[in-house]
Amino acid sequence: MTYLADVAALTRKDLKVELRARDTLPAMLLFVLSTLVVFHFALPEDSSETAAYGLLWVAIIFTALLGLSRAWVPEHEHGVLDGLVLAPCDRSAIWLGKALATLAFLLAAQAAALPAFVLFFAPLDATALVGVLLADIGICAVGSLMAAMAAAGRSREVLLPLLVLPLAIPLIVGGVGSAISADAERFVLFLGLYDGVFAVLSWASFEYVVTE
Amino acid sequence: MGVALVLALIVAPEDADQGISQRIFYIHVPIALTAYFCFGLGALKALFLLWRRDERYDLESYVAIHQGTIFGALTLVTGSIWAQASWGVWWAWSSNQLVLFLVLFLFYCAYFMLRFSLEEGPRRARSSAVYALFGVALIPVSFLAIRLAEDFIHPTVFTREGPQMSGSMFVTFCVAWAAVTLLAYVLYRVELAGKRLDLDLRELRESLR
Repeated sequence: MTYLADVAALTRKDLKVELRARDTLPAMLLFVLSTLVVFHFALPEDSSETAAYGLLWVAIIFTALLGLSRAWVPEHEHGVLDGLVLAPCDRSAIWLGKALATLAFLLAAQAAALPAFVLFFAPLDATALVGVLLADIGICAVGSLMAAMAAAGRSREVLLPLLVLPLAIPLIVGGVGSAISADAERFVLFLGLYDGVFAVLSWASFEYVVTE
Repeated sequence: MGVALVLALIVAPEDADQGISQRIFYIHVPIALTAYFCFGLGALKALFLLWRRDERYDLESYVAIHQGTIFGALTLVTGSIWAQASWGVWWAWSSNQLVLFLVLFLFYCAYFMLRFSLEEGPRRARSSAVYALFGVALIPVSFLAIRLAEDFIHPTVFTREGPQMSGSMFVTFCVAWAAVTLLAYVLYRVELAGKRLDLDLRELRESLR
């Protein structure tokens, strides 16, 4: 019970910081919308709707990367991470709190981006939306851990996409499949599997990344 | 080890009666298997590092992954040559193994980026170890992903003519495999020895100063 309370407190802290500073969410929103506009000009007039779904996934992944690259910046600028590590809570709660906060930002950005996508390009059905949700969970889970690793490095902005993109390739396969495949449930199942495997792995290994 | 290699190289062409393109099979597949083996070894050492907190596993894990990446790059090259010889294209997205190796190659290149951008110390060791563990989880997951992706990227799947191995070909294959594994092992020891020497030298220099 206390574990969940810790997680909730940490998530609330991140959301509150964001509400006061407004660093991340507006940037993500603007980024994903302008990416969609760029895609309109990048796609030829007679290209199929299928290509648009692929581009939607490129937009989602890069928006998530944008959010993740900001995720640990406040912690590092003010030395909060040291305090959090010293706090009498399970270390993995820090990871879970951060992943949930990032997920909230990503979902908020998509709440604007997905209607815009439907308006500009092509319709999305329920399976595709479930696919988006599951892929968001996966990328926030893996990405929060990778961002914590990259944040300690010298060139964190460059490092993060390099670390996350190879790991995100299965997510893109699952996401695109859930939007365009005739047998979309299989891809949704696959996304669920990915989330399970990598969430447990990240949850278990976070402690090693932040402790000295 | 040199004898084994030469034997494999000389024996292999004799048995290859399916045309010259089949011969690379004796090099390509053992290299690919060895690369997997190296990645697995690297992850195992990484697990030991996290478990027993012994610094020496860090270097061993790093060297194993370094070897794995080198063999992975060789797999890409030989696989690409094989694809050109048997399908007439240098790159085929329908070849699961090749795509998987490309993903893994990118992943492990990122591993080196991570390592070189962190400060040396226990934290770097642990971060690299965690990333190496993610690598072995990524292998089956992305293999599944690539399989799944086939049905929307390539509706018609290449049926790759599986090498039907007769007895003597199988022997050749095993000899080649043993030779490549041995080569990898020797390289692993040599690099490990070199890296350790380097470390010792640095410590010695520090203490002399």
